Amino acid sequence: MSTTTPGDTAGRNGGPPLVPGEPLVELLAMERPHPPGPVSASLAFGHRSMLKIKHIPEQLADVTVLPVMLVLMFTYLFGGALAGSPREYIQYLLPGVLVMSVVMTTMYTGIAIKNDIDKGVLDRFRMLPIWRPSTLVGHLLGDVLRYSIASAVMLAAGLLIGFRPGGGVPGVLAGVLLLVVFAFAFSWVGTMFGLLVRDERTVIGASMTVIFPLNFLSDIFVDPQTMPGWLQKLVDNNPITHVASAVRGLMDGRSPGADVAWTLGWSAVLIAVFGSATMRLYQRK
Amino acid sequence: MTDRAASDLAVHAVGLVKTFGADRAVDGVDLTVRQGTVYGVLGPNGAGKTTTVKMLAGLLRPDGGEARIFGHDVVREPDAVRRRVGLTGQYASLDEDLTGTENLVLLGRLTGHTKAGARDRAGRTLRTFGLLEAGGRQVKTYSGGMRRRLDIGASLLNAPDLLFLDEPTTGLDPRSRNQVWEMVRVIVGQGKTVLLTTQYLDEVDRLASRIAVIDRGRVIAEGTKGELKASVGAGAVHLRLRDAVQRAEAEQVLVMTLGAEVQRESDPLALTARIGRGNNGNAEGGAAGRASRALAELARRDITVDSFSLGQPSLDEVFLALTDRRTAPASAGAEKEGVT
Repeated sequence: MSTTTPGDTAGRNGGPPLVPGEPLVELLAMERPHPPGPVSASLAFGHRSMLKIKHIPEQLADVTVLPVMLVLMFTYLFGGALAGSPREYIQYLLPGVLVMSVVMTTMYTGIAIKNDIDKGVLDRFRMLPIWRPSTLVGHLLGDVLRYSIASAVMLAAGLLIGFRPGGGVPGVLAGVLLLVVFAFAFSWVGTMFGLLVRDERTVIGASMTVIFPLNFLSDIFVDPQTMPGWLQKLVDNNPITHVASAVRGLMDGRSPGADVAWTLGWSAVLIAVFGSATMRLYQRK
Repeated sequence: MTDRAASDLAVHAVGLVKTFGADRAVDGVDLTVRQGTVYGVLGPNGAGKTTTVKMLAGLLRPDGGEARIFGHDVVREPDAVRRRVGLTGQYASLDEDLTGTENLVLLGRLTGHTKAGARDRAGRTLRTFGLLEAGGRQVKTYSGGMRRRLDIGASLLNAPDLLFLDEPTTGLDPRSRNQVWEMVRVIVGQGKTVLLTTQYLDEVDRLASRIAVIDRGRVIAEGTKGELKASVGAGAVHLRLRDAVQRAEAEQVLVMTLGAEVQRESDPLALTARIGRGNNGNAEGGAAGRASRALAELARRDITVDSFSLGQPSLDEVFLALTDRRTAPASAGAEKEGVT
């Protein structure tokens, strides 16, 4: 390591080594503050996620470039064959691809947590006298921002190439909100993998094994009516189908009560199962 | 132990055990650290130092035994422990994507400072540790020494009464190492307690008042510096001659003046002598005195010496001496610190 790293002002010009003396004594003499509550701690970690997005804006490529590519590809590749024209197909497809992209983004939560563990940052956080899971909650708060950005970008791209949601602005907002709630719940799956597996690639592998079939065995791309009976049963009971149908319905201006209820129910189940498993793993580590 | 003595303790661990699968990483460690002192835990890689520190800091749950920090049980009262301790790990555990200032403000907030308080504290910490100009840069651009100082600064945000420093100088250049040592002295000067792990005998020698040597998860020796050194011996003399013909005579001189066993190296010009415990109990002074007598005697006999060094016992030698006193070889690679 070099002694000329810019910004290193300690003992510069080969002078005597830094002896912090007085200022260090002052730091040590400080009164110890009261630890923050769970909410302030979670918000502080949420702020950390925002700062990470600010410093590494490249990571937003996953939630912007890829989804736009998916929308364009599927619309123009399959639109003519599946719905008569790309313009007609995008009315059906866009809400579904929105769900797919956001659900795929959830695996990055697991990767981020794995990174914190490997770098030793998590140990530092665990040394703090705070509600321990606030670290995880903070990550998820940052992810909510990413999901919102992904949704906005895809909707903008969709509107440009002819997506005309019947539900107007309120319908679209309701759809995005529901999706973000589901994604928050689904993130706990990736978070659990992040705590469970040994390296980053395994997090991606494990997450994809779950996410890929869930996305394709759903009604995101085609109406299940055209599928064989046994497959219809599978697709109809896939949580992603419920979410996609609910989001599609809301954006279209219908009131898909049953699908919204299913989505919220699945969210509750995901948090109850994977959220509590993750917390247990985290406390035990 | 009386109540008065117990309340005097920063760390009191009895029979700590941690197993990972079949591996007993920590196998019954006892540690007692008095408040206001620097305690050194010396051991090689994989001896169980980090695992022990993690258990004491409440990051790992012990599989056996118990530990109290200022009288608080680490398992049952983790928050009371965490409020009063700081930990700087072997690898600087900061968020590399964030700037130095952002790291400190975040940790300050999480310690309980207000937003303004955390900023003020971050600024003062950066100034104290000579990082004011670097505060706005991402930590990944920092040198190793800068990271370590920022890490120590972060560990002091809650003004801890007990600071764990887990190999604080491993991988640092000599100047950065001196800075860390100086900080430790100031911190202890304020009545704080420091528990330091290291692989370097030199480091505990300079800083610690008591030392535990740990190997394969067990404490194999414990005591003051003087006690530990006396039990190990004073070190070794390494000699290199100009002329190989004189080696036999030089060997005789060393045996006579040092009273030590002398070993011939494979290099026909080299000799190594292990100096045992001095009779006066002051092993170091005795060794230096005897070494200079040996040099004078060699000169008197016209034996030309190209290099002569008196090495402190290396960690290797300490371990060999502590684990097997009878067969400790002299060629275990003593750290040569003497004149050449």
